[in-house]
Amino acid sequence: MNHIQDNFEPQIVALCCYYCAYAAADLAGTSRIQYPTNVKIVLFPCTGKVDEIYMLRTFEAGADGVYVAGCLEGNCHFLTGNLRAKKRVQYAKSLLDEIGIGGERLEMYNLSSAEGQRFAEIALEMTEKIRALGPSPLNQLKLKGGVTR
Amino acid sequence: MIIADRKPFDEIKELTSKAKNILIAGCDGCVAVCLAGGEKEVALLASELRMQRKMDGLEGEVEEIVNVRQCENEYVDAMRDNVEKADLILSMACGVGVQTIAERFPEKLAYPALNTKFMGRPVEPGVWKENCEGCGNCILHLTGGICPVARCSKSMLNGPCGGSKGGKCEVDPEIDCAWQLIYDRLCKLGQNDMLAKLMEPKDWSTSWSGGPRRVIKESARE
Repeated sequence: MNHIQDNFEPQIVALCCYYCAYAAADLAGTSRIQYPTNVKIVLFPCTGKVDEIYMLRTFEAGADGVYVAGCLEGNCHFLTGNLRAKKRVQYAKSLLDEIGIGGERLEMYNLSSAEGQRFAEIALEMTEKIRALGPSPLNQLKLKGGVTR
Repeated sequence: MIIADRKPFDEIKELTSKAKNILIAGCDGCVAVCLAGGEKEVALLASELRMQRKMDGLEGEVEEIVNVRQCENEYVDAMRDNVEKADLILSMACGVGVQTIAERFPEKLAYPALNTKFMGRPVEPGVWKENCEGCGNCILHLTGGICPVARCSKSMLNGPCGGSKGGKCEVDPEIDCAWQLIYDRLCKLGQNDMLAKLMEPKDWSTSWSGGPRRVIKESARE
């Protein structure tokens, strides 16, 4: 188990809003700001489109951690999409808790499109957090079965 | 509509622990509207169960299906192909739906994933309240359109009890006193003289107290 933990590179999926986090990721890229390659971005038109089932299916598909990144509260392009996402993240956390994956593997962040540096910080923060938590219990099972990553 | 709520996941986990192939069957009727057993809730529970079962090392498939109404034979019969592959059908419909599945597929296990609560309606997003008890003898025309049978904790028929305080019920301060609501509405409608009429003791034989009920419409029978 320790061996697995030592070499563990978490797979993290960031569900990003087009108007803020995705643009911030772009800015981070054009500004040559480094952030961990563990984070894979999925583009959404607004975090209001991020349904609980997308979060669960991302874990089901093998993610060790997931985060939803939307606009600053009060600044949603569609007025309340990020507030809806906040509630849905809370609900999805409770679902992950009840099945034993752990709600702490899912987070919600808010940032503006001008915050390329903040995007990189969030990516690093989430990567370190999930690295410390270890593989998702679903993936630990896969590793026990002899399939390595 | 019928309002239901999902059972705790631990209970569902226990119910499904011995089954290999599970079919989660949702209903697009009342339970979809009260966000308990529609397409979205079926997808969420299926995803949760698939992950939990994988972690617990259980084999088998968790499939999803949603039909128009699980309380009608024709719609339930149309599920046959999906049902045949499953050992257990986990119904996300109300108790009527679960029993329809159990009756149409007598060789299969049909378990409930929801607790069926009451007949009611949404009063604000995410909040549903009870409105009708199905007592079989409606008196809403006498009570300003507010049912004292379902909405008064004691089903009082002639005015409030002594536990009505500030328009709230002594059973739970979250419950509005139905008789306060009736009084206010009748006054607004100028029908407060209705309050002077005494209601006779109710014949409860038309309610569930008279045993399981049935309605027959001869013109619709075959």
